[in-house]
Amino acid sequence: MDRRFFWLLAAGFWLGLSSIAWALTPEQIKPLAEDDFDAKAEALDQVIASGDEAAQRILDALRDEQLYANKAGQILISHGDSYHDALTDGQVEAKADDLQPIELNNVLREKLATGLAGLQLISPDRAVRAHAIQTLLRSADSALKPLIDKARSSETDPSLRAELDQLWASTMLRAPDPKRRQDAVAMLEQRHDPQMRLVLAPLLGKQSDGTFIESDPTVRKRVEQVLASLEREEAEIQFVGTLFAGISLGSILLLAALGLAITYGLIGVINMAHGEFLMIGAYATYCVQNMFISYWPGAFDWYLLAAVPVSFLAAAIVGLILERSVIRLLYGRPLETLLATFGVSLILIEAVRTKFGAQNVQVSNPRWMSGGITVLPEMILPFNRIVIIGFALIVVLITWLVIQRTRFGLYIRAVTQNRRMAACVGIRTWQIDCYAFAFGAGIAGLGGCALSQVGNVGPDLGQSYIIDSFMAVVLGGVGQLIGTIVGALGLGVLSKLIEPFWGAVLAKIAILVLIVLFIQKRPQGLFALKGRSLEV
Amino acid sequence: MSVAVSEAPVTFHLPVRQRLFGRREWIAFWAVVGFVLAATPICALATPASSPFYLSTYALTLVGKIMCYALVALSLDLVWGFCGVLSLGHGLFFALGGYAMGMYLMRSIGLDGVYHSPLPDFMVFLDWKALPWFWQGTEHFLYTLLLIVLVPGVVAWIFGYFTFRSRVKGVYLSIITQAMTFAAMLLFYRNETGFGGNNGFTDFKRILGFPIAAPGTRVCLFLLTFLVLAGSFLLCRFLVKSRLGRVVTAIRDAESRLMFLGYNPLGYKLFVWTLSAVLCGIAGALYVPQVGIINPSEMSPTNSIEMAIWVAVGGRGTLLGPIVGAFLVNGAKSFLTASFAEYWLFFLGAIFVIVPIYLPQGVIGLFKPPRTK
Repeated sequence: MDRRFFWLLAAGFWLGLSSIAWALTPEQIKPLAEDDFDAKAEALDQVIASGDEAAQRILDALRDEQLYANKAGQILISHGDSYHDALTDGQVEAKADDLQPIELNNVLREKLATGLAGLQLISPDRAVRAHAIQTLLRSADSALKPLIDKARSSETDPSLRAELDQLWASTMLRAPDPKRRQDAVAMLEQRHDPQMRLVLAPLLGKQSDGTFIESDPTVRKRVEQVLASLEREEAEIQFVGTLFAGISLGSILLLAALGLAITYGLIGVINMAHGEFLMIGAYATYCVQNMFISYWPGAFDWYLLAAVPVSFLAAAIVGLILERSVIRLLYGRPLETLLATFGVSLILIEAVRTKFGAQNVQVSNPRWMSGGITVLPEMILPFNRIVIIGFALIVVLITWLVIQRTRFGLYIRAVTQNRRMAACVGIRTWQIDCYAFAFGAGIAGLGGCALSQVGNVGPDLGQSYIIDSFMAVVLGGVGQLIGTIVGALGLGVLSKLIEPFWGAVLAKIAILVLIVLFIQKRPQGLFALKGRSLEV
Repeated sequence: MSVAVSEAPVTFHLPVRQRLFGRREWIAFWAVVGFVLAATPICALATPASSPFYLSTYALTLVGKIMCYALVALSLDLVWGFCGVLSLGHGLFFALGGYAMGMYLMRSIGLDGVYHSPLPDFMVFLDWKALPWFWQGTEHFLYTLLLIVLVPGVVAWIFGYFTFRSRVKGVYLSIITQAMTFAAMLLFYRNETGFGGNNGFTDFKRILGFPIAAPGTRVCLFLLTFLVLAGSFLLCRFLVKSRLGRVVTAIRDAESRLMFLGYNPLGYKLFVWTLSAVLCGIAGALYVPQVGIINPSEMSPTNSIEMAIWVAVGGRGTLLGPIVGAFLVNGAKSFLTASFAEYWLFFLGAIFVIVPIYLPQGVIGLFKPPRTK
């Protein structure tokens, strides 16, 4: 049994070798130098079919216009100042005046291009083979069938072998036997590649005389089925991609909106400078990055770990100062607070612009965050977005723990529900306001740190997110964490869902209209604290 | 069954009809109106350029522009100062009025544009062959006047109806108005919307057949703006002194109590809000021919917030204050951006912070005798 298997293998090996044509002879390539283009084409076909090293040399030289013939009809390749024989690669003495360049017409150039790609199918380098297969899959040409057959018999890599089968199938789509064409369609269906629609769709077209390109009706029907299923698959892939983009946008909105919801619920003011906390967080990340580059370049990949607490603290401290110096003085006057905090945001933006310049600064991803997971050939989920979604989840979890499981959180909830009563039972409400404000600012700083990994970092970074995060708060309602989460993620996914149909601008407008209509039904947002108090 | 109800009438000791102004205020008002009407044409047209009394085209345009802003501030004061609704979206109404006027001015260019086409230049540039439906009829001035009033009015009414009906108020409302103008700005930035994309409208040639840059036209526009401002001031004063004005002020101070007394605030709010938007649109329509350009940046949320600070600086709820505030802030702006451009935003930011904290009554509040407690 083992012995027989060995012989079988040996026979297969011999067959494989024999399918590669014998080495080229000078007579075979001599017609290349002639003026007759038909003869040239035949010679070129033979060169391509031989598929050996000399063929590769000749085709490369033809492509680079470095192929010459001397008066004896010998084909030479020019290497700048020296000349080599095309077949043996040995150096040959020749004078430039005696040489004729070998010229091509368009038909031959096309043949050359396919031949070059075809030859790459049997290249020893796996990456080159893979690339050639991908190129040929997009322009299936039945003339390449012999080369593909050859490559199929010698390919050892299983995944490339499968792709070669698909390539073979797409050339088989033009085979004379309808049965084989049907098999070929079935093989293409197995591939689940939306690109295959480009190969299949032309089969349903009509020729100039009105007959279908694909003459057999059963095959045509099969092609239609496969096209429909491929389209369905592509729609599914796109939907998953949209969902991912929406969650990714939503998680950043969430980081921005969390602090906003806390302070709005607590103090009843909207902080227009909240977007600038994002900006401060992003610039803090930028500074930490630069410090790592100058002092610990070896640890650059881990600078983000240091940037997270720094951006939290930077934003929290600015928030603390803002609360003590401006917002405290305007308690009970929410509209004026709105204006004053807007002034603060102007000053912060202008200060950063003076310090760091008006241009965007460069914040680069650590190496472990670049790249992505290839879920499907058409869809890559970038690591940096995945990390941010995870990061947002962790921040939400921590916030939830702080609010629900600590004394500080208990006080925040108490003051949010009933400030006077909380004060009566001995909570220092002014202190709670202060720390909660700083806490919210810090969360926004974390959002800025996350944002610096996916977007541009510039002085007006916060401005572009602030309106959307307000909308998330309006949608979700104030006073409960779950409202903000649902509001932010819902807004992110919704806008990404609308975008492909109407474009980004109309999507924004549509969402605004939806929110205005939504608050008709629920002015308090999706989730609201139940209470019995009535504002005056 | 009958329930005994007290027959005694309830009185609030308020005069049935409050006077608009006292005698001295009326004299001051007419004096200012008379002075401006007489002095402007003389100083701008009949005075040699070397004279210190000469009013240059630059000064005329600048003051005319600021008067438009003052009208905006006045209309904003009507809703914020008297109804408690801080709109951060009045830039939208201003721009809508401006765009309505701009459409007429674009059509008046006629064949004198760069491409010598009956279509506005930007449409030729986009390779459009015919006017979109909403441009139909804009060559008629009367129809344009109608648009200037109706477009901001209808937009404001629809928006106001839906927000006031659900009793959105306070900062919530402010944020939503801001989102409204932001969304509109994005919409107008698109070329396909049909209003010239981010370039907007410019290069106007004539208005009602008169060359738009001629000194005579400038003076007319200036005086017209002044008269509209003075008239609007009287109208607003009349409104806030009327019975309606008192209800509106009550909405500002205690909306829920007013509802318990049997009033439905929706109609009052909606009326004041829409009127304010219309005034704002008229201001925009007067602004465009004087400044010579309108583009979507007028709708940016920052612009609208700046309008609120004019009111705050002057003193809200005073009608005169916002006009003063608009002149102060915009005067400072043109002075500072000319000489210390990099500090202007710091200065503006500082105004935003300082005025609400230390000048809650605005500049007008400084001149009022302190109220006895």
